[in-house]
Amino acid sequence: MIALLLRDLRLATRAGGGFGLGLAFFLILATLVPLGVGPETDRLAPIGPGILWLGALLACLLSLDRIFALDLEDGSLDLLATAPIPLEGVATVKALAHWLTTGLPLTVVAPALSLLFFLPTTALPWLVLSLLIGTPALSWLGTFGAALTVGLKRGSLLLSLLVLPLYIPTLVFGAEVVRRGAEGLPVGTPLAVLAAITLGCFALLPFASAAALRINLR
Amino acid sequence: MTYAVTDLACRRGQVTVLRGVSFALAPGEALVLRGPNGSGKTTLLRTLAGLTPPVEGAVDPETCAYVAHADGLKGQLTVAENLAFWARIFGTADIGPAVGAFDLGPLLHRRAADLSAGQKRRTSLARLPLTGRPVWLLDEPTVSLDTETVARFGQVVAGHLAAGGMAVLATHIDLGLPETRALDVSRFAAARQEPAATSDPFAEAVE
Repeated sequence: MIALLLRDLRLATRAGGGFGLGLAFFLILATLVPLGVGPETDRLAPIGPGILWLGALLACLLSLDRIFALDLEDGSLDLLATAPIPLEGVATVKALAHWLTTGLPLTVVAPALSLLFFLPTTALPWLVLSLLIGTPALSWLGTFGAALTVGLKRGSLLLSLLVLPLYIPTLVFGAEVVRRGAEGLPVGTPLAVLAAITLGCFALLPFASAAALRINLR
Repeated sequence: MTYAVTDLACRRGQVTVLRGVSFALAPGEALVLRGPNGSGKTTLLRTLAGLTPPVEGAVDPETCAYVAHADGLKGQLTVAENLAFWARIFGTADIGPAVGAFDLGPLLHRRAADLSAGQKRRTSLARLPLTGRPVWLLDEPTVSLDTETVARFGQVVAGHLAAGGMAVLATHIDLGLPETRALDVSRFAAARQEPAATSDPFAEAVE
């Protein structure tokens, strides 16, 4: 399984691997919004948490269709399914690799981008923490969606339609954590709900993704 | 150990293609699947590999190594990286013997995307010994190989058989294997029954 993780990370960083695509999208979105909305502090600060979380979510969405589709095209997925690793493990590694190449870089650059939105410094730890806790759920839900739509022609459009509604709770509670953090309110409840969503994804989606893969491979 | 299946029924999509497939292989034996295009050779091999669940009967995919039509190589990785990855997945330490058997030494540090179709095929076949599994399931393994490489591949398969391995091949080319039996797949053709139009759309998902 570590071999698979290393291979996926290596593929992501090689030419055409798509590493940095989501990150670049996130950077551009976070730069364009202040340009479009106007540079006033009292207008940008309230929408900052929502925009940053929305940007992270859309950036995650960009690379989802590659998770299984490339392996299906070149036949590796068939071979992985016959390998001595369970498909649940394959799905877990794929989700982890997606998070390491998308969610983690987003979390790292988010504090720098929050300057563009005049977010108070009190909100920064909560921004990083909420992204750190919330983005694994985005990767997991996306992996599940990718497993469902693998092998479908034009599947990436369907994938977005399937996955975006599932992203709503993470978006709501993730942005809420940052908003409350910015206003100095207690953040315990939304943070706990966010963590619960992520833990639920970890518990259920390996099995759901593996089942979806088995159906699509036959 | 022997490898046997009894009364296997295989399907492709919703349609049951083969019924009552039975055969047994002793160590060192190879079975060549014959039959016209569309008779179910690939379907049978995919079922044996555990990719498609059988409609009836049982298979043991844990003993099988499967080579499909697609090569399963990553173009951005070198030949050595591709092989080392599959070796680690199957828990084999050394890719050296496989590299030697398929004469991949000069290609080891080329990207798989830069290989010719035949070289890709050779790399893909070199994965077989790395799996360490006794039964090789080969679906048209010689596609785009030149005659010299076909002969070399025949020797590798023969070596595997001599070491007590087994093989099930779908091929139209004579690999020069000593112990082969032919199995005509069209013998097992199931009466085509199209699924009823009113069938439950969720049946496939929950069965």
